[in-house]
Amino acid sequence: MPYPVEQNEKFSEYAHPERLVSTEWLAEALESGAVGDGKLVVVESDEDVLLYETGHIPGAVKIDWHTDLNDEVTRDYVDGEAFAALAAVKGISRDSTVVIYGDKSNWWAAYALWVFTLFGHEDVRLLDGGRDKWIAEGHKLTTEVPRPAPGEYPVVERKDAPIRAFKDDVLAHFGKPLIDVRSPEEYSGQRTHMPAYPEEGALRGGHIPTAASIPWARAADGDGTYRKRAELEALYLGEAGLREGDDVVAYCRIGERSSHTWFALKYLLGFETVRNYDGSWTEWGNAVRVPITKGTERGTVPA
Amino acid sequence: MNNQTLPASLAEIVDDFQALTEPERLQLLLEFSQGLPELPDRLKDHPELLEQVVECQSPLFLTVETEKHDAGNPDSVRLYFKAPPEAPTTRGFAGVLHEGLDGLTAPEILAVPDDMPELLGLTRAITPLRMRGMTAMLGRIKRKVAASAAVKA
Repeated sequence: MPYPVEQNEKFSEYAHPERLVSTEWLAEALESGAVGDGKLVVVESDEDVLLYETGHIPGAVKIDWHTDLNDEVTRDYVDGEAFAALAAVKGISRDSTVVIYGDKSNWWAAYALWVFTLFGHEDVRLLDGGRDKWIAEGHKLTTEVPRPAPGEYPVVERKDAPIRAFKDDVLAHFGKPLIDVRSPEEYSGQRTHMPAYPEEGALRGGHIPTAASIPWARAADGDGTYRKRAELEALYLGEAGLREGDDVVAYCRIGERSSHTWFALKYLLGFETVRNYDGSWTEWGNAVRVPITKGTERGTVPA
Repeated sequence: MNNQTLPASLAEIVDDFQALTEPERLQLLLEFSQGLPELPDRLKDHPELLEQVVECQSPLFLTVETEKHDAGNPDSVRLYFKAPPEAPTTRGFAGVLHEGLDGLTAPEILAVPDDMPELLGLTRAITPLRMRGMTAMLGRIKRKVAASAAVKA
């Protein structure tokens, strides 16, 4: 039985308001003992692997993008068995309502949510504004790590096709819209990694031909919440030129920033078919003989 | 590489990490992040005196200074770091380097192997990407120490 959906003016304009909760909503839900029975599970997912330990939302469990969600050997996500085991340990059952939040405008939280969606977890939501907004508003934090009763989670086969694109899918996608969510410098090919971030080894710089450049953070407001629907429409329908019903692929460098954009397109603007290309630039920029466009122009569909 | 090439203070920290399980190592790194001393006021008010280590995932600034001693005693190197509390992993490693290297001589610091961070046994938990920031931090310290030693020579 899913947890009641939050009703408010901002969310009601989105295509799927049930995918977001506000900090006020969560604070109230926690106040009324919501996490006690496993129906609602709050998950923190951050870039910094130790941030959760410095203090987190009371009752929240931690899921690390790298050590929990990525396969240790193959460049892939964990399989159904590992995901079921992880969920159970975190007190998550198949019918739990999961609210995910994190640092940096929920960038890693959106990534975790996308992985939950690969496994078809039905009710998974983002805390609008994430960790920073929760703290800025003076809500409670604790360093106490909860020991939830194990959840009951079946082994579910991961279903990649609807929301995940591989390199060959992208090659077959030409002619349909692509969104590049990296920084303008990465898009133009001036650099292959984020400003102020380590070089992650791409042999070529630039972008996938025809991709529109909409850096992911433009979908977020100053307080880390998603921008209002009208603003998102101006960005993606206006600037990027998407049209209703488009089949869209978003990518970044390893698929984390583009999860944030994937969420906005899929759940806030309601595009049915949006896929995240998690191979992203660390695959495309190293692949042999794939077409690349350099500079600030989008480029043309390869012949 | 073995621990014997490390200064005693750093070797002790490495031993502490190696004696622990992986979750305990993360906890110890967290403690180092909490133990990183604040900048002295004279540096706090002068951010331009610090250099940013851009390879770190979170903003980290550092500088080194040379402390003169009476004749016969070698100069010691003092280390200063600044990293935000919301970057505990970065702060933690700065804390390790501060406790392990602050007050040593330039040759002692320059002898620390470049891949010393790998000895902490954190690579799997921290991820190779995050480890690179740590290696870069040590590299930056060594370059700055080497540069100021060269100026004096």
